[in-house]
Parts: sequence; structure tokens; C-alpha cells
Amino acid sequence: MTDTVIEVAGLGKRYRVGTRARYRTLRDVLASALGAPFRIRAGGAERRHGNGRHMWALKDVSFSVGSGEVLGVIGRNGAGKTTLLKVLARITEPTEGRARVRGRVGSLLEVGTGFHPELTGRENVFLNGAILGMSRSRIRRVFDPIVDFSGVERHIDTPVKYYSTGMGVRLAFAVAAHLEPDVLLVDEVLAVGDANFQKKCLRRMEEAGWEGRTVLFVSHSMPAVLRLCQRVILLDGGRVVMDGRPGEAVGAYLRPEGGSAAERTWDDPGTAPGDEVLRLRAVRVVDRDRAVREGVDIREPVGVQVEYWNLGGGHRPMVNLHFFNEDGVNLFVSVDGVNQAWRESQPRPEGLVRSTCWVPGNFLSEGRVYVMAAVSSFNPTRVHAMERDAVAFQVVDRSEGDGARAECANYVPGVIRPLLEWEVEFEPGTDEGRRGAMPR
Amino acid sequence: MGPDVDRQSLSREGSPACWTEIPPAGGSLRLGLGELWAYRELLYFFVWRDVKVRYKQTAIGVGWAVIQPFLMMVVFALFFGRLAGLSTEGHPKALFYLAALVPWTYFANALGQATQSVVENQRVITKVYFPRLTLPISAVLNGLPDLFLSFLVLVGLLLHYRVPPTAALAALPALVLLAMATALAVGLWLSALNAIYRDVRYTVPFLIQLWLFASPIAYSSRVVPEEWRTLYGLNPMAGVVEGFRWALLGGQSEVPELLWASTGVVLLLLAGGLAFFRRMERGFADVV
Repeated sequence: MTDTVIEVAGLGKRYRVGTRARYRTLRDVLASALGAPFRIRAGGAERRHGNGRHMWALKDVSFSVGSGEVLGVIGRNGAGKTTLLKVLARITEPTEGRARVRGRVGSLLEVGTGFHPELTGRENVFLNGAILGMSRSRIRRVFDPIVDFSGVERHIDTPVKYYSTGMGVRLAFAVAAHLEPDVLLVDEVLAVGDANFQKKCLRRMEEAGWEGRTVLFVSHSMPAVLRLCQRVILLDGGRVVMDGRPGEAVGAYLRPEGGSAAERTWDDPGTAPGDEVLRLRAVRVVDRDRAVREGVDIREPVGVQVEYWNLGGGHRPMVNLHFFNEDGVNLFVSVDGVNQAWRESQPRPEGLVRSTCWVPGNFLSEGRVYVMAAVSSFNPTRVHAMERDAVAFQVVDRSEGDGARAECANYVPGVIRPLLEWEVEFEPGTDEGRRGAMPR
Repeated sequence: MGPDVDRQSLSREGSPACWTEIPPAGGSLRLGLGELWAYRELLYFFVWRDVKVRYKQTAIGVGWAVIQPFLMMVVFALFFGRLAGLSTEGHPKALFYLAALVPWTYFANALGQATQSVVENQRVITKVYFPRLTLPISAVLNGLPDLFLSFLVLVGLLLHYRVPPTAALAALPALVLLAMATALAVGLWLSALNAIYRDVRYTVPFLIQLWLFASPIAYSSRVVPEEWRTLYGLNPMAGVVEGFRWALLGGQSEVPELLWASTGVVLLLLAGGLAFFRRMERGFADVV
């Protein structure tokens, strides 16, 4: 390729895992040095790093991106997506291999980096812009468009600590949206903000691509990836397992090992998503007969089943499911705590828990539904396990007059398609009826 | 505005034709001072943020900068000057102590802030790349407005006592620079250590206190025997503090020798601190 913009060759990043404390104290180091002075002298750095397990967050990653290309990076939690972005953004350095990027790099790992609550909106626009790499004169030039885009004009001179979360996010994204680097690295920033604002941001990103900018886009939103990217890299366990057309990569992501998108299982409680309280064992989409199904008739109820190993510890975990449509709209959330007997059962002994949520027939709309499965305890809230896009299924409307569309064969809009009760009254032969029906 | 504006914004990461290399860990060490220059606007914004927030957060705002050294001066003049009867070399007690406490207060605050600078900005460090050196540098710079304000009080006191200005006054900017360099040199070491060993910050107030009494603030450096005086100059703040007195109050012709030793030590500390900081900063995003 002649106009390559990002080149990555044999990139690897190793982290130390196992130790809970993220930082060390000088006291500990001094104490261990006093306790075993010879070991330190003999062992050196290797010994000091050796007391935790190592994990390769990235391994043998190689690819290149051409100028103007919009590359999606997808993968499950912990697949190495964010680490890849951090290496390319020069936030953290690779353990092995190398990469190079041509031109100015803008990275958006979060919106509102460096926002200070004591400063006003105006002051934060300048500070955040500078942190993201904009020059002062450029910020001055795009200041008004930024404020317009954010829609917080009236509060621009109010300290940000008085802003609502939504306002803060909108202002922060407005700054980010006016970055003009040659290469843009974006991580999941669209997960924030309301649906309308998300659409506005997506549009802005589409424009960024059209202007010939190179974009590396990490996302969990498959619809956004499909819409924006020309090429997608699928990461799994720190390695590139697929590099190709968006449709294929998204398909491979949703159907691991050639299996069905409707079922995900974890056999080893040691590596399954979760913590010391519980570990996920399976998430599956089932029909009335408890058989795994990916295609669901719109008239039939569909069950989403979550199995987890409860490891004890006195918590009262509850399964909650988030249902999303293809546009990433959260359709609804349901929690197994609505089952009162289960909610009040205490203590929860160790063992396998299987919770099934039944979504009635004639309720969901046609199309693909993505399910995020989480198990959390409340008061205080603690998320023990969370799996985005854990499973997905396809709702097919084959109703023949017995569904919500009745006999209508055209496209039916709406995020849900419930079969509601209608009351229709008819009084034959009254004067009003006839008069109304008369032509003028 | 105009064409040079765009060139300036491009210079941040080099021109579009310029490659940014991302080599693996353990490569050669570069000080990256050129890059630091390219990021000077960010440095400006960090300083601006910290000054603004500091004056917004404290109820008495700007007054704090003045009250701190002034109260210290009153206590020192009362206990060391009057009750303990330490010599002030014939200078008015208030002037003798304030001339030392103004640069000292700046130094102590700058060192404390520089130590915390990396840890305090961990959110930014883990999300965006920029030369991490901007953090301790901005911590050292953002105390300058405070220094200026407390210096005004000192000037007021000089006028009150009708102290005639001397030619040595011209050395004052160099002395401020030396205080900044000292705070930065030590701050580079401590901020990097503090990022890795989070308990370093608990030792800093103690270190500053020790340093206060090891510097000629409560007393004159004349109490140190002559043959030890050069060695005493190895404490760079001894040079700064006696330098301030010499520049403002006059007398003490041996101060320049003291300053040479101080400057030499600071340059060594600074070079070591830069190398150490650059070596450690590669891991900052992984440990903070």
C-alpha cells in the first residue's frame, strides 16, 4: 500500500495480573528488601515482577490501515481492544513489536478528559481541547460551533459541577467532535448520551470518514460498526482472529466457534466472566420447550436463560437483562428480582442458579435483538458479571392476520410490536352515521 | 489567524507526512525536549487551570498567597529573633525573615505540588498522550503568581524600612530560576517515585520540614563555620535564601560562592531527575 497511515507489526503487550493492589508502596518494598537483602540483589528486576501471573493483553497483532479507511475493532470484554488503542495512542508502550502512525493522532478514549468541575463550561472547552491536542487559536476558531453542537449555550459560563450528566457529556463530545486529526482513535464514546445525541455523533463520525480521515473505531455497537466501517478486525484473547469485511467479522463475533449466536457457554469457572461472588456458566435463547433457538416467531414467547455458579459470600445477586434492537436502542430491562420468592430468599447457598426471563409473544418487533446479560447485587450496587451482546436472536413476523400487523403486509415501524386489545364499537343504522357518510 | 496558525497546530505531532514511531519497551532514552516545546500550549493550560482552580477554591483566594509567608515571618521573628535572640545580621527582623520565607514558601509549595502532579492527573494520563514532563513543570510554574504577590508585600516592607536598592537586585530573576530548578529537580524524582510507590507523598511534608531547618531561614548562614560554608552551599535552597537576602538587603559578599555550589548541585539533580522521570514515565499509565 502506498498511502499507509497505521502500521502495526508483531505488537504484544503484557500485563501483570493476580495482585489486587494496583500500586505498590515504598514501605512494602523496603520491608521486603530488609527482610531478604540478598534476594533483591541477586534477583533484580525479574524477581520483583515475578510475584504475579503475566497475561498478554495483546499478542502478535499485525495489520495496516490505509489513508481514509474506517477500521472497526470488535471483540468481547478483555479481548484487547482498548489496549490496542492505548498503544497506538502512545498512552502505554508495547512489550514487544512496533507500530507507527503517520500524521497527527487524536485519541478519544473517553469524552471530557480533564474536565474540571470548578471551571466553567467555556474554560473546560479550552482545557479539554488543549488536552486533546488542539491549539489555542484553533479552539478559538471552533468555539462557537462547539457550543452550538452541544446545545448548552445558556450555561456556558456556569461551573461544570452544576451541570447535569447529560449536559456535561454533550459539551465534552462537542469538543471531541471538532478535533481534526489525520488519524482518529475512538473507544466506545458513543455508549454515552441519549439516543438523539448518539445519532448526531454517528453522523459526525460518518462525515469524518468522508473527509478522508482515517478512523480506528472500537465499539460494542454492531449496528454502528456495520454502518461506519469499511473493514473490521475481530480480536479474541489479544490476537487478531479475523480481518475482513464488516459483515463477516460481526458474524464471526456473534457466532463463536461456528456455534449459534443464541447460546454462549463457559465451561471453566476460573475464566468465565464474573468475580469471587459468582461466575457465568451460560446465556441462551430458548423456546417454550427449552430448546435453543436463534429464529423466533413473533407470536411465540421467547426465553432468555442465564446460568451462573453462585460461589457464596452472602450477596444477593440478581440477573438483569438488557434488550437492544439493531439501532442500539435499549428496548427494556428486566431483572429476576421481580420473582418475589427468589428476591427474598436468603442466604443464597453455593451452587448453580438458572434464571429464565420470558418475553411474551406478540411483543417484540421484527428484527435482530441483542441481549446484554449482567448479574449484580443491589444496595449497594455491585456488578459481578456483565456480558455485552451475550446472545442475539432474530424475531421473524410470519403472522397471518393473527399478529399485531393484522392483515397489513407493508413495513410496520416501531421498536416494539405488541398485540394490544382494541375495543371497536359499532352502531348500525343511526342517523349520525348515515349523515356523516353522506357526500357533501 | 492566518497560515502560521495552521502550521502551529500541525507542529503538535509533526506534519501529515511525518511518522510517529511506537517502539517496544526498553528502547533508548530520549529527553524529548523538542516535543515538550511543541506542547507548550498544553503546559500553559495546565498552569492556567491550577492557578484558576486554586483561587476559586479558597475562600480568601489570592490572600492566601500573602498570608502564609507573612504569618510565618511573624512567628519566626517573635520566637527565633526576639525570644531566642538569634542574630539577624543587623537587618530588621521582619525583613530578615520575610526575605527568606518568600522564596522558601514558593519552593515548599512547588515541591509538594510537583510530587503530587502525576498521581493527581492520573485520569488524564490513562486517556491521552502528552509529554508527562508537562505535569511537574506546570506544578512548579503555577506557584509563580503567588510568589509575585508575596514579593509585593516584601517590597512594601523594604519601602517601609527605607532599605536602599543595591546592584545585586539584578540577580533576583536568576535566584527565582534557581528556586524553580531546585523544586523541579527534586519534584521530578519524587513525582515519578510517588506514581509507583503511593506512600512517597507522606514523606514529603517531613522532608520539607527537615529541609526548612537545614536552610538558613531561621538563622543566618554565618552561623556555619567558614570552612564548611561551601559544603553548606550544596543545599541549593541555602544559596537561594541567602541570595534573596543578599540581593534585597545587601551585605554578605561571600554569597556568590555559595551560589556556584548550589547551581552545580541543582544542574546535576535536574539532569538525573529528567533521565529518571523519562525512564519511569513509560509505565505511568499502567501503574497510576
